[in-house]
Amino acid sequence: LLKCDGEGARAVPLAGHVGFDSMPDQLVNKSVNHGFCFNILCVGETGLGKSTLMDTLFNTKFEGEPTQHNQPGVQLKSNTYELQESNVRLKLTVVNTVGFGDQINKEDSYKSIVEFIDTQFEAYLQEELKIKRTLHSYHDTRIHACLYFIAPTGHSLKSLDLVTMKKLDSKVNIIPIIAKSDAISKSELTKFKIKITSELVSNGVQIYQFPTDDETVAEINSTMNGHLPFAVVGSTEEVKIGNKMVKARQYPWGTVQVENENHCDFVKLREMLIRVNMEDLREQTHTRHYELYRRCKLEEMGFKDTDPDCKPFSLQETYEAKRNEFMGDLQKKEEEMRQMFVQRVKEKEAELKEAEKELHEKFDRLKKLHQDEKKKLEDKKKSLDDELNGFKQKKTAAELLQSQAQQAGGSTTLKRDKERKK
Amino acid sequence: HVDTAEVNPSHSNMSAPPHPQPPAKGASHAAGDFSYVGIDAILEQMRRKAMKQGFELNIMIVGQSGLGKSTLMNTLFKSKVSRKSVVSTPEERIPKTIEIKSISHDIEEKGVRMKLTVIDTPGFGDHINNENCWQPIMKFINDQYEQYLQEEINIDRKKRIPDSRVHCCMYFIPPTGHCLRPLDVEFMSRLSKVVNIVPVIAKADTLTLEERDFFKQTIREELRANGIDVYPQKEFDEDSDDRMINDKIREMIPFAVVGSNQEYQVNGKRLLGRKTKWGTIEVENIAHCEFAHLRDLLIRTHMQNIKDITSSIHYEVYRVRRLNETNGQPNAQPPNTLDSNIKYIMIHT
Repeated sequence: LLKCDGEGARAVPLAGHVGFDSMPDQLVNKSVNHGFCFNILCVGETGLGKSTLMDTLFNTKFEGEPTQHNQPGVQLKSNTYELQESNVRLKLTVVNTVGFGDQINKEDSYKSIVEFIDTQFEAYLQEELKIKRTLHSYHDTRIHACLYFIAPTGHSLKSLDLVTMKKLDSKVNIIPIIAKSDAISKSELTKFKIKITSELVSNGVQIYQFPTDDETVAEINSTMNGHLPFAVVGSTEEVKIGNKMVKARQYPWGTVQVENENHCDFVKLREMLIRVNMEDLREQTHTRHYELYRRCKLEEMGFKDTDPDCKPFSLQETYEAKRNEFMGDLQKKEEEMRQMFVQRVKEKEAELKEAEKELHEKFDRLKKLHQDEKKKLEDKKKSLDDELNGFKQKKTAAELLQSQAQQAGGSTTLKRDKERKK
Repeated sequence: HVDTAEVNPSHSNMSAPPHPQPPAKGASHAAGDFSYVGIDAILEQMRRKAMKQGFELNIMIVGQSGLGKSTLMNTLFKSKVSRKSVVSTPEERIPKTIEIKSISHDIEEKGVRMKLTVIDTPGFGDHINNENCWQPIMKFINDQYEQYLQEEINIDRKKRIPDSRVHCCMYFIPPTGHCLRPLDVEFMSRLSKVVNIVPVIAKADTLTLEERDFFKQTIREELRANGIDVYPQKEFDEDSDDRMINDKIREMIPFAVVGSNQEYQVNGKRLLGRKTKWGTIEVENIAHCEFAHLRDLLIRTHMQNIKDITSSIHYEVYRVRRLNETNGQPNAQPPNTLDSNIKYIMIHT
């Protein structure tokens, strides 16, 4: 293999303007033409305002009815929307957990969520492994951000929250938020946030950290990291404050303004989720969470990078080995089916033979019956014939006697005898 | 409509400067609605990421010796990115076999960093018998695809797979003025199937404008007649806008170029050029030669596209062929057998 690794590339100065500084623009233009994909998963109990928050974040009314509380299990409902802002087209998918936290037994609640996330990874992996693939036009459904809605109890995380987040933290970027935070006073909120953060740390839950390696955004990201979990309030209703219409929730004792940073962290969430780190969320999903899934899946399937002798396996060799195994299995199955078929045929054959035998016997019986009947009839006929013959003979004899008697002259007597006989 | 200069409480100082505020689709159109979601900030995020990661570009230059290949590279990138073959004796000059020499440089412009790799092919077309001289070049290109594929199918793979695939192969046509030679046709015919070929007429300062136009037309016809698809390939035009732009380019290729590393004083300006007794040829003057068009195509407008075609088309074609090969039987196998196997394995695991 003629490798070209270019290690030790020297830096050279340019004597003039070449023009490749347009590369970021070329790249951005290509992405604009393609459009972008962003997929958010909202996990939280029913009634925590997940749908409202999405509506508020993206400034649009997304879907329909609020869900009932009597779902038998946790289901995931996914909806995709096309949004556009200036020249940017975004395919936004919002996935909601329906019925989360409503069941009496919540042990399996996290399972359908994990399954859903894995299914999206699986779909991508399948596409990536295809021979003829179209990765650049693939609609990416992998979850880029998971907003975990914490109920505003003011005390601590529920055990369901801890269990669920623990199961999800290696599969998706988790951003915990305190929902409906207008239910908590400011002082309680600070204590609540500290409690939540310490519980997450002590339970080893890895939540998404806003990246601080790029100096342009390092400062704001690290500040925001300190404000997690974000205490949010969502609202699509507008209220007049001063001479402006603002998104707010109006109570008799005052109005909570969604976009007022003194009232809640909504602005921070929007800033971090959309305006600063959307691309990083997508990248982490692809380079970290997806790679982990892929690695585990391939290892599970028996693929290895090196064989026991530490020589690199090519995936082709493993494909070949798997393929042979598959063919072997297929042949075995085929053989089994063939055997079964032969067996069935034999059985059926035997059944049919049995039936045929019965029929023959029946036929023979009937035949015999018929013969017996026939014989009987013949016998009867014979006896009748005999009787008839006997009668005829008697008749002939009688007639002869009569004619003889007439000839002898005593015809009247014979007549009288005849008449008597008649 | 609310004046956007009035500080929007939702506007933090980190987001991009205010854009004109068309509402997101489906937003309510209540009076005074000025909510800006910030979806378009992703463009800035992408730009930041690209600047941080830098770019890679791998260009191969193919042509007989003496056609000014190295000079042209150095002119394109305004630095010594390609070393001219050191000529000592004629015997030493021409390598016995075609060599493939790769040199990488890190260059930077306005904060954009690029790793440029120039792949030279000394010995091409220089021998008496040039049969199969494309083979080592074809092999090199395929080896780079192979290297990428191997890394891509690893279980434990790198975050960013180093890209050594040849994005563009510049083929230098000697300025005979007549037509393509059999070697040119043979090479371009074979290689255009695996790599983006950008043909250029080298040392075009020996052609008058009429001779140049005639030559280009002849070349275009010959390319068409031989079914050779050079970059930009018609079948990869994405939409009608693309087609319009690319059609214009297709009518102009191959570009007739002149290269130079020397500057001369022309009309009070210092310009790159070649000085002769009858005048100075200005390299970047489009009335003199088409260098600027080539530079714009290759670097300023279509660089990303060239890389995209390499990765999403040429590389994929190689991959398909390679993965089908391992079935043991050549093309007799129906397509996508292997992935149905994988699906079977996945379903039954």
